[in-house]
Amino acid sequence: MRGYLLRRAIGAVIVLFALSLVIYALFYVAPGDPARLACGPRCNPEQIRQVREQLSLGDPVYVQYWHFLQGLAAGHDYSTGTGVLHCDAPCFGLSYQNDQQVTDLITQRLPVTASLALGAMVLWLLLGVGSGLLSALRRGGTTERVLTWLTLAGTATPVFIIGLLLLMLFCAYLGWLPFPSYVALTEDPEQWAWNLLLPWTALALIESAKYARLTRSSMLETLAEDHIRTFRAYGVAERSIVGRHALRGALPPVIALTALDLGSMFGNAVLTETLFGLPGLGQLLVHATRTVDLPVVVGVVLVTGAAVVIANIVADLLYAVADRRVALA
Amino acid sequence: MSPLDTPEPLVQVADLSVTFPVGQGAAVRAVDGLSFTMPPGGALGIVGESGSGKSTVAYGLLGLHRGTGAEVTGAVRVAGRDVLAAGDAELRALRGPVAAMVFQDPLSSLDPYAAIGDQIAEVYRVHRRDASRRAARARAVEVLDRVGIPDAARRARARPHEFSGGMRQRALIAMALACEPRLLVADEPTTALDVTVQAQILGLLRELRAETGMGLLLVTHDLGVAAGNVDELLVMKEGREVEHGPAREVLDAPREDYTRALLAAVPRIDVRRAAGDTATAAGEPLLEATGLRREFGRGKRAVTAVDEVSLTIRPGETVGVVGESGSGKTTLGRMLVRLLEPSGGVLRYRGRDIGGLRERELRGFRGEAQMVFQDPVSSLNPRRSIGESIADPLRTAGELTGSEIEERVRRLLHRVGLDPDAYHRYPHEFSGGQRQRVGIARALAPEPKLIVCDEPVSALDVTTQAQVVELLGDVQRESGIALVFIAHDLAVVRQVSDRVVVMRDGRIVEEGPADAVYDAPRHPYTRGLLAAAPSLAPAEAAA
Amino acid sequence: MSAGTLEERPAAVAPPAAPSGARQVWRRLRARKSALIAAAVLALLVVLALAAPLLGALEGQDVGAYHDGLVDSARGGVPIGSYGGVSGDHWLGVEPGTGRDLFVRLLYGARVSLAVAAGATLVQVFIGVAVGLAAGLGNRLVDSALSHLSDVMVALPMLVFAIGVTAVVPSSFPRPVLLVFVIGLLAWGGTARIVRAQTLTLKRLDYVAAARLGGASRLRIARRELLPALAAPVITYAAILLPTNIVTEAGMSFLGVGVTPPTPSWGQMLSTATTWFRADPMYVLLPALLLFTTVLAFTVLGDGLRTALDPRAASRLRVGRTGRAARRRKRGTPA
Repeated sequence: MRGYLLRRAIGAVIVLFALSLVIYALFYVAPGDPARLACGPRCNPEQIRQVREQLSLGDPVYVQYWHFLQGLAAGHDYSTGTGVLHCDAPCFGLSYQNDQQVTDLITQRLPVTASLALGAMVLWLLLGVGSGLLSALRRGGTTERVLTWLTLAGTATPVFIIGLLLLMLFCAYLGWLPFPSYVALTEDPEQWAWNLLLPWTALALIESAKYARLTRSSMLETLAEDHIRTFRAYGVAERSIVGRHALRGALPPVIALTALDLGSMFGNAVLTETLFGLPGLGQLLVHATRTVDLPVVVGVVLVTGAAVVIANIVADLLYAVADRRVALA
Repeated sequence: MSPLDTPEPLVQVADLSVTFPVGQGAAVRAVDGLSFTMPPGGALGIVGESGSGKSTVAYGLLGLHRGTGAEVTGAVRVAGRDVLAAGDAELRALRGPVAAMVFQDPLSSLDPYAAIGDQIAEVYRVHRRDASRRAARARAVEVLDRVGIPDAARRARARPHEFSGGMRQRALIAMALACEPRLLVADEPTTALDVTVQAQILGLLRELRAETGMGLLLVTHDLGVAAGNVDELLVMKEGREVEHGPAREVLDAPREDYTRALLAAVPRIDVRRAAGDTATAAGEPLLEATGLRREFGRGKRAVTAVDEVSLTIRPGETVGVVGESGSGKTTLGRMLVRLLEPSGGVLRYRGRDIGGLRERELRGFRGEAQMVFQDPVSSLNPRRSIGESIADPLRTAGELTGSEIEERVRRLLHRVGLDPDAYHRYPHEFSGGQRQRVGIARALAPEPKLIVCDEPVSALDVTTQAQVVELLGDVQRESGIALVFIAHDLAVVRQVSDRVVVMRDGRIVEEGPADAVYDAPRHPYTRGLLAAAPSLAPAEAAA
Repeated sequence: MSAGTLEERPAAVAPPAAPSGARQVWRRLRARKSALIAAAVLALLVVLALAAPLLGALEGQDVGAYHDGLVDSARGGVPIGSYGGVSGDHWLGVEPGTGRDLFVRLLYGARVSLAVAAGATLVQVFIGVAVGLAAGLGNRLVDSALSHLSDVMVALPMLVFAIGVTAVVPSSFPRPVLLVFVIGLLAWGGTARIVRAQTLTLKRLDYVAAARLGGASRLRIARRELLPALAAPVITYAAILLPTNIVTEAGMSFLGVGVTPPTPSWGQMLSTATTWFRADPMYVLLPALLLFTTVLAFTVLGDGLRTALDPRAASRLRVGRTGRAARRRKRGTPA
């Protein structure tokens, strides 16, 4: 077990390292000139030259990358002309736009995205797994038909459409809820939840459709297995069969999906944040992309990549615990 | 049907029909008007080939068709209870304490996530509501111990994948035993097991019957399995009864043609091949293996599948390779035709070392050695017509024109007993036996010197099996091709082989002329195998 | 990232599906009414998209023409008239703020949406099949490297990366083409994994061994025995990719990093609509409805196609287990 964890950790570090290399190469080497991008379209050559010096873009690429890694591992000192600005590890550099530390920008935004994602996750797991189970157990009935079409509609709806419709309905027409604006959990838990209610619902409705489909098919597959037949042949009541044996076999794939799906969930979270105006990582990323603020883009992309890699390891462990036949090797 | 004077039979089936819907209004009648009875403590064997409906009958006794969409008519009474009319709760009460079932595949029949002892305890507590958890656990250990699981208290905590196949089947029998049923329904209980394990499980069933006095309904395709273990035999074909009577009578003096044909097709382990059938090995060795090894996996997890095997095959002879699962016989066969590369040792074809050659260097050898595979489903590409599959090696060789190839394929189809016009038909249009014939035609196409047959008949019904074995023998005599015949079934191997090698754990434990090995086995393992093989003869069957 | 690799232990060899001749597939597909309706809807949509210039001419409107007179500048640019300014000249009304014709813009949006999604799917399938085949047929090292890469590609937050990549590409680069490549190059992991798993299963089948014994070369085996069998799962998976790509494109355009104005796109319209939904709900509902219908139709058709191509594997394709169901019985067959 410990050996497995160690190996997975090393693997994760390698993946992250490769990721940083690729992203760095992509963003700093090809195809445009970062100095020109950073400076904006109305810069004259003299300004561009200044920017290039400031960002030490004159150095060879590998030296730049080395500095970047150094910054990540040990922090970095920047001269601002008047003094020295220290950027603690992990340092992703300074924003082109306002010279703020990228790490600070990210840590400010992280709680918003985490609030959105975790809250929605609770909701969609309940909703998705619940309705998936229900439709598997009510096979052939009206419940199943209705749920099947609902989940199909759910998989076919982009999150920003659901979000928009929810906004229109509950905020604009019915006026039951205020237009969401983020309030920190530490500030006012009640307002935090009220403001996040719509974003949570939008994200959860979309994500839960996938889980409902998977839970349903996984449950049906498990119910068709031979060992279920054994318990039926020994007079075990259907309820115990489902609760004790079928559920156990049906859940591991759902856990596996949670990990695989985290990446696409991040995408949906970005869309949700933008739609509802939540100041999270997604909004930061979109804004940075529009203003070609490369250090911020690199920072956000790497942080989300790392989050997914780590979440995958956690999910693998959970999977192994749930499916005890899988030896961790 | 035998008259019974017992006031209340254990099982009473009258005019039972089971129909399965197969979609779009079509339906298949799996059981058609079947009637029989069985006295308390009796033992009835239902035998038949695949599709005869024998398992469907077994499921019907426990009402397991309920909720599957199958239409069941007639009457089924088990220990006086009307199975078809019983309510759900009544049916659940019947399943276990009255009639318990043992299934074919012991691995998939147990919950992979739960400890075996817990599963037995759960079933026990369903029927003994007053039993405490602790008492149920103790009962599980007790029955596991009874069915011969060593160190039952500890092993009860293991999950199914930690058990061997035979142990799993014992565990399933223990689950049945825990409920003290009056009737045990066993559906192909030993089909997935090796022959020595099969003998142990059958022995256990006999012991338990004698001890508890429960009735046994044994469903099997193997007449040998039924022979020594039941009092009465019911032969089924296409959902109907063919013949029903005391086991010895049915086996020794069958009344119906179908039963006679079925019995005639069962390969006999104790019968020598006709003298004219045997070939004398002569001439230079065709294929010569010396110290052949093959490992799978690396490092700590490496497994040696074939270990220092030396074997010589001469032109025109048939070498039988027998062994239980895991003996390395399939791996050996695949190495002989160089589908697998040996990890060690020397493999010579007509004096040339081919053991280490790469795919491209093997070009001269390909076509010389062919293979007939076990699974008639996966051995033919479902997307290509059978003619194309057979023609493939000829096209690759590129020596013949298109029309010559087609002519040759047609001749081959005729040779293996198929219609030459079947050229353009697809594998799914053929039965298992016919597909094996296609496989043989394909192996013959490049005019090889050697054909390795890997369990060529083990997926077939006994009558088809006999026909395919006969075809292989004919082809071999005619063409003088050397055959390597790999099988787990000792009797089948004896029917075709000049020489036999017995494999165990990757090694050859005994080798010699077929009659010598079968009539006077020297190695204790061979003796054990031969003793365990099911037989139709009364004396041996009882052993 | 091997929550996914669990799915691909081809421990037991699954026998190949019943032959999926085109006729049988068609027969099974025809039996599903929902799939047929979906196909009809999509066919209509494709025709409409292709005929967009023609239909625009018929209506007498142009994609880019502003109509300041049709919006109420006093109320911030809300279209004059009911239902977003529906009239004989403007069949579906006009865009708030600019007064551009909505009908034509929606049709042109369909062109962008479908073209980008189809292009991206092609790129994904091409790379996925190449990588999957190479992993399935290559040696241990190649396989391990490529399947790790595929796993990473599957798990990574694709939209986040896509947004990031668009940051560095000069705005002069044609956006739809960029989107095709960004989406295509980032989301081929799933296809590669499915192709690899299928290849591993197939290459263990006896008929492939028989082809080797017949002297067929690797290339011939790949072409004659493997590729035809891969067609069904690949088509099926492509049918899942297509709607996903439509949503991705719409999402990126919604965020303002996809198709840039003046090229119309559904996602972009929805983005603009966030500021108008109170005053002009039609402007939200029309593109939303179109996008929803398109994606739903593709999903339903994909589901139908999957069932028609391989009834048994249908449940397995969406992330799931293989192997357990594909157990091979050692001897004999049950009655």
